[in-house]
Amino acid sequence: MAEPITVPTPQQIIEPALAGRTETMVLNMGPHHPSTHGVLRLVLELDGEVVVNVAPDVGYLHTGIEKTMESKTYQKAVVLTDRMDYLAPLSNNLCYALAVEKLLDVEIPERAQIARVLLTELQRLSSHLVWLGTHALDLAAMSVFLYAFREREQILDIFELVSGARMMTSYFRIGGLAYDLPADFIPTVEQFLAIMPSRIDEYEDLLTANPLWLERTVGVGVIDAQSAIALGLTGANLRATGVAYDVRKAMPYSGYETYSFEIPIGKNGDIYDRYRVRIAEMRQSVKIVQQATERLRELGPGPVVTPNRKVAPPPKREITESMESLIHHFKLWTEGFKPPRGDAYVSIESPRGILGCYVVSDGSPKPWRVHFRAPSFINLQSLAHMAKGRLVADLVALIASLDPVLGEVDR
Amino acid sequence: MGIEEKAGNLGIVTTTLETVVNWGRTNAMWPLLFGLACCAIEMMGAQASNYDLSRFGMELNRASPRQADLMIVAGRVSRKMAPVVRRLYDQMPEPKWVIAMGDCAACGGIFNNYAIVQGVDEVVPVDVYVAGCPPRPEALIDGIMMLHQKVMREKINGKKEAPIRIEHPLMQVK
Repeated sequence: MAEPITVPTPQQIIEPALAGRTETMVLNMGPHHPSTHGVLRLVLELDGEVVVNVAPDVGYLHTGIEKTMESKTYQKAVVLTDRMDYLAPLSNNLCYALAVEKLLDVEIPERAQIARVLLTELQRLSSHLVWLGTHALDLAAMSVFLYAFREREQILDIFELVSGARMMTSYFRIGGLAYDLPADFIPTVEQFLAIMPSRIDEYEDLLTANPLWLERTVGVGVIDAQSAIALGLTGANLRATGVAYDVRKAMPYSGYETYSFEIPIGKNGDIYDRYRVRIAEMRQSVKIVQQATERLRELGPGPVVTPNRKVAPPPKREITESMESLIHHFKLWTEGFKPPRGDAYVSIESPRGILGCYVVSDGSPKPWRVHFRAPSFINLQSLAHMAKGRLVADLVALIASLDPVLGEVDR
Repeated sequence: MGIEEKAGNLGIVTTTLETVVNWGRTNAMWPLLFGLACCAIEMMGAQASNYDLSRFGMELNRASPRQADLMIVAGRVSRKMAPVVRRLYDQMPEPKWVIAMGDCAACGGIFNNYAIVQGVDEVVPVDVYVAGCPPRPEALIDGIMMLHQKVMREKINGKKEAPIRIEHPLMQVK
């Protein structure tokens, strides 16, 4: 049994230094630092340029989202989930919607299921593009950022076409989708799919064999599979160590079991492998989006929301004709629906790892408690383990390779 | 009439000190590299290839507040972060301006709770408010243009104008 891995608190590093008991230097990195990807504060204990210990200090973006959700009805809380992991709002929407749907035990129409898979995979692409751009930017490769954001804008245009918003879409509602996909959705996605594989090749041309990139990433920030599992690392960070664990395969949701795709894995668990895994994941996402687009085309038009009127509102035109529909509409938007007492936990594969949502219902229209297992937060605790004995410059690369989103860390 | 007539076509322009100082300030405004939450991603979008903020001399984001003259508060400010925001503002040299980007920075947005400061103007003086959750890059650029116009109107005696609010056309109160 290996010795337990501990994550120090900032106080544990600061106090001995202030008391003059240590020979090392304490350096404060953040919360305003360009390479901490938001407002993360790191307290570094340094011996020259070498990192002796790192203590992350989180909470600078604490938004009280979980608490605020307790004062909203189930449908209205969807809006808050968008703002947690702001690089993947649709994944958050999906996770929360799936948890509440499990609580309610409702069936989701086929068309909505396909659209959910399609859009979350596009979201994974857009999230990985931001990761790629900022990661390269942190290692002083400016042009990759400009290339990555070019494609990201195209994905955001698709989201805007679908939901009217570029980032905070709130498009997945409990019981299905907010409204049907627009008529020119499939051609727009196909247009994007036609160019995306060659664009991924372009990023690889810039980085994969670039000696500067290799110098900064190969053999840096290594973690073995056993420690990664012990620290709760998930997503591409875990898969880079050689563990082929992906919730989409292990516990499929929204019909992922019917799509053919592979789980790319790495070998060494270093920053370079994480990069390779994420790039390979982008190619797999393109593959899934292709399959989903074909299915949507074959399936043709159909309902996108559950017919259960106690959960999802009736279409607007029905309200003018049917008294019952009007009552349902009124009840849903004033009071909300009441799930049975109980709890539900659902986990999905977000771009950052396992995103879990735990909802507890006390039978009232508002959730009694909502908790998220935020992958960024849990991935971040491995930072100290990986950074020890490395240079400060490597720490910058390491933070970027973990791909934390501080909105999700602090919630 | 003026000196340019006497000097002929020698490339001399007469102007006021105020105009030339303000012109200099608007065309090389260096924003602080400072992102808080979701809006920071749209701010990055505004700087990236499609929206290209460098058209307005603003591609150079300074990570140090000592070298910056514009603070774009992009995102929600938590109670833990508010003292840091103020400290960064204090560290910026004069003249300095602040854009509150997004609803959270302008008024707390959808988060009316214990954790979020209800508008960054509780902490630092704001020049331009940009509404949206998050605002599109175009809205941010519009806000920056407004700030440029405001700086052009600035008097050398240092009197400050009232803040500008940029709202979505649908939200404007008639």
